[in-house]
Amino acid sequence: MKFSEKWLREWVNPSLSAHELSEQLSMAGLEVDGVEPVAGEFSGVLVGEVVECGQHPNADKLRVTKINVGSDELLDIVCGAPNCRQGIKVAVACVGAVLPGNFKIKKAKLRGEPSFGMLCSFSELGISDDHDGIIELPSDAPVGADIRNYLSLDDTSVEVDLTPNRADCLGIRGIAREVGVLNNLDVNEPSIDDVQPTIEDALTITLSADSACPRYLGRVIKGVDVTATSPLWLVEKLRRSGIRSIDPIVDVTNFVLLELGQPMHAFNLAAIKGNINVRMANEGETLTLLDESEAKLHDNTLVIADDEKALAMAGIFGGLHSGVNTDTKDILLESAFFSRDAIMGRARQYGLHTDASHRYERGVDPKLQRKAMERASALVLEICGGEAGPVVEAVSEDKLPKQATVVLRRDRLRRVLGISIEDAKVTEMLTRLGLTVSEVSEGWSAVAPSYRFDIAIEEDLIEEIARVYGYNNIPNVAPKATLAMLPSQEAKLNVNSLKSLLVSRGYNEAITYSFVDPKVQNALFPESKGLVLPHPISSDMSIMRVSLWPGLLGATAYNQKRQQSRIRMFETGLRFIPQADTPNGVLQQQVIGGVVAGRRHEEHWDREDSPVDFFDAKADVEALLALTGKVGEFSFETATHHALHPGMTAKILLNDEEVGYIGAIHPQFTKMLGVNGRVFVFELEVEAITARKLPSAVPVSRFPSNRRDIAITVKDDVRVGNILSYIEKIGVNQLVGLNLFDEYKGKGIEPGYKSLALSLHLQDPDKTLEEAEIQQAVDTVVKGLETEFGAALRE
Amino acid sequence: MELDAIINQAQSQIDAAQDAATLDQVRVEFMGKKGKLTDLLKGLGKLSAQERPAAGQKINQAKQVIQQAISAKGDFLRTEELNRKLSEEAVDVTKPGRVEQPGNLHPVSRTIARIESFFGELGFAVKTGPEIEDGFHNFDALNIPANHPARADHDTFYFNPDMMLRTQTSGVQIRTMEAEQPPLRIISPGRVYRNDYDQTHTPMFHQVEGLMVDKDVSFTDLKGILHDFLHHFFEESLEIRFRPSYFPFTEPSAEVDVMGKNGQWLEVLGCGMVHPNVLKSVGIDPEQYTGFAFGMGVERLTMLRYGVNDLRAFFENDLRFLKQFN
Repeated sequence: MKFSEKWLREWVNPSLSAHELSEQLSMAGLEVDGVEPVAGEFSGVLVGEVVECGQHPNADKLRVTKINVGSDELLDIVCGAPNCRQGIKVAVACVGAVLPGNFKIKKAKLRGEPSFGMLCSFSELGISDDHDGIIELPSDAPVGADIRNYLSLDDTSVEVDLTPNRADCLGIRGIAREVGVLNNLDVNEPSIDDVQPTIEDALTITLSADSACPRYLGRVIKGVDVTATSPLWLVEKLRRSGIRSIDPIVDVTNFVLLELGQPMHAFNLAAIKGNINVRMANEGETLTLLDESEAKLHDNTLVIADDEKALAMAGIFGGLHSGVNTDTKDILLESAFFSRDAIMGRARQYGLHTDASHRYERGVDPKLQRKAMERASALVLEICGGEAGPVVEAVSEDKLPKQATVVLRRDRLRRVLGISIEDAKVTEMLTRLGLTVSEVSEGWSAVAPSYRFDIAIEEDLIEEIARVYGYNNIPNVAPKATLAMLPSQEAKLNVNSLKSLLVSRGYNEAITYSFVDPKVQNALFPESKGLVLPHPISSDMSIMRVSLWPGLLGATAYNQKRQQSRIRMFETGLRFIPQADTPNGVLQQQVIGGVVAGRRHEEHWDREDSPVDFFDAKADVEALLALTGKVGEFSFETATHHALHPGMTAKILLNDEEVGYIGAIHPQFTKMLGVNGRVFVFELEVEAITARKLPSAVPVSRFPSNRRDIAITVKDDVRVGNILSYIEKIGVNQLVGLNLFDEYKGKGIEPGYKSLALSLHLQDPDKTLEEAEIQQAVDTVVKGLETEFGAALRE
Repeated sequence: MELDAIINQAQSQIDAAQDAATLDQVRVEFMGKKGKLTDLLKGLGKLSAQERPAAGQKINQAKQVIQQAISAKGDFLRTEELNRKLSEEAVDVTKPGRVEQPGNLHPVSRTIARIESFFGELGFAVKTGPEIEDGFHNFDALNIPANHPARADHDTFYFNPDMMLRTQTSGVQIRTMEAEQPPLRIISPGRVYRNDYDQTHTPMFHQVEGLMVDKDVSFTDLKGILHDFLHHFFEESLEIRFRPSYFPFTEPSAEVDVMGKNGQWLEVLGCGMVHPNVLKSVGIDPEQYTGFAFGMGVERLTMLRYGVNDLRAFFENDLRFLKQFN
């Protein structure tokens, strides 16, 4: 809601500066978003009259004028505006005037003709962006008057961001009431007299949907001149409230909307066939709206109809067919109360949002319609002439909202606010707010005025009291609560510990959007049909991620393009996998993912460096798994994944259950992704890797451990992981450590084979191992490897 | 006479010795099995029994003198050797270490962690929930019925009329209240989504919401806890104001502003007393219990705290930006 400060002050005028007033409004819950001067900063501009206007001798487009600004002599001024003509009243910047932008007016010669000033347009005075010629003032404008005073330009436009509950303030009347309450001032409501009908013309009004429209007032006004010009005061009040002047009828209905908060509409009487019926639309009924678009109506939409068809979408938008135009002679003015429930969401359903729908879906004072009708009638007659018929009011009293009687308990007030306020003060505040208050034993019983239709329950009154009392006058007190310890499951790792681990291993945490580019995601995960956002911000943010990889790879490309070649990033968050048997049909699963690219180490004076490989990324994943205390239950298995290099892909298993993937991005995607070099990625289900095994201690052996190294040759395709887990499985009792410490291919090894060097660490808890026992254990291992993997012991 | 000459001779050879081996040769030459002093001792037999003790004593004294000289020289040589070795081993301690720079948390996570810590100390448990929500948890249970104008203000990403990206983490509060009975103290951090993208809006951002429900929770408590939080979060004594506002799920409602360095009020969070309809919708008796709730934008707080001036920087993941938050 935007309004003119001066307009408000006509209603209520506290001795506060514009700034103080806007602070006061904000602190009362009517948040002021902006305060703008209504005109640029200028001085020395007077009302003048064009006494003579002739063609410039040397320039086709210029005119030479003589202007009367009330001084002894007429001013010679050259003007280029096409609308400049003899007899009009204009805004004259005299020599010495300063226009917005510190533009000083001096004596000048234009194509040989002297000019002692300038005739101004609205845009030159910073009033509007209208620069179609010079300002034409009303003929009764007093020559010589300062324009600033004449147009009361020392005014501001105040923009209030109203919350949905304060629809009563969507008009000057409401704001004025609020300012009156805050400053303990009376509001000077302009007196609105009834317009006496001078003709008998009237339409019958039928309320076919009286729950949706329990009150409808119509009045015929005949013989109006729609081509009349709206007076400057009206145009200016509208402009300062953010509304453009259209024609006098629309201007008047807009004025009443702004002043009283009551939306109104005017129909071209000639276009109405028969009488008015306020009814629900028929499904599929069409209506061409004032903006010439055609709406296909739903049967949840209230319409104003005549005997034949819908004329307007009630409380939302008028129809073109019955709209007022320059040929209109007779009109029907509408002032109606439509229920909030009948309008809420309807405008949006048709992609519409109007000043009327904005008010109706938040609520309108159900007792305001007659006053608005009389106000608008008088203004129409004043500006456009014509003769008014009687006001026809159709009303369903029992369907009108009831004024709520709300009981406020003293004890509840104290409990919710945490302070005690004197009874008399509470009564006084509620009364000031317009409620009819009676004191009852437990507190107060209050009837809300019709314009405070938002007040319905006890909390509404508590809020009002807190607001008027002043939130900042309520003390700050530390809450008291029972000291209950929070549970902390040791067997459940906090995701923060996973994050810390990766951070200490050199990773930066990234946060990428949960919606990604479908081109990327569908290429990497062709078999996962991600959830599509029907109305995305942009097409490259239009599908819910099924993995963190698209986002992390996007961040990788972004950084590589900016000379950040060494990349280690991780992210935690949900991935969204469509799955029939889950709530909303989508599995929202927390995962942790990472991306690794570039050099292994930062460049260093004493370290050879190479690009990262699979085992760098794997080391980080293994470190994460180690936090669970049950590394042995995880395994890496050769696998394939559409997004990954077929020779560098592992599925990560927890007790044979898939919990993640690790691998190098398939080279076929690097160009599409815009990434350089080998890029490794991993992703793990957080749930699976945060279940932690609690330590169960065993005594440390006091006896020495023995290391025996063996070297074997096996075929190239034998997996080291299988060998290691096999050795662990065959259960040599005293085996406490096992490690692959070398792998060799090449000279001395048959092609297609590799040599593996393994160390076995043997230790017994109860005794020192004899050489024979050690040898026996080693033999068991070697023999097993021979039969299981065709391994040969290298001598 | 002969003895003094031997001592002098030995002394000069000891002085000349430059390493342990030479020094040992000196020892052998004078005190070895065939050494000069050993020879003299062997010659004692030729002396009379009266002369013998005195002569023997002198030889032994000479032996001691030489022995001490050798031993002192030995210590000296060892120290020198050690010093030489230490000096050879010296490194330029100012050269860079074999650095493995740790990374860091995203600034948004860092702020969330701080908020969790402040409230965690007061017994607020951290709760999370789904980001794709149903209409009940995102709107209805929060006293935002269908068609309510507040729904339009939310710029919701809908999948269908009853399935959407959550516009606030309040759904987590509803789920918690459905599952647990008061007293309740929780905070719920997480991602939220609004269909809006410009200089000051990103379609995804983070919120931390808090909820406390107990027998006598009041507006003064809400003000107290948020005052404390903002002072601790910014670690300075900021000017703070509570401004009446409206949220369908709280009443009374307030927005909280802090005074910025530029003298302008900045809105940092919204809060209020939990609306009785919200408590009723999850089966908590509003006559028995009252509560407060608050919600704050994590990015906004992070920007104020660390001087970030472009919201969009948070989701570009430029390492040159992220690495500033070590």
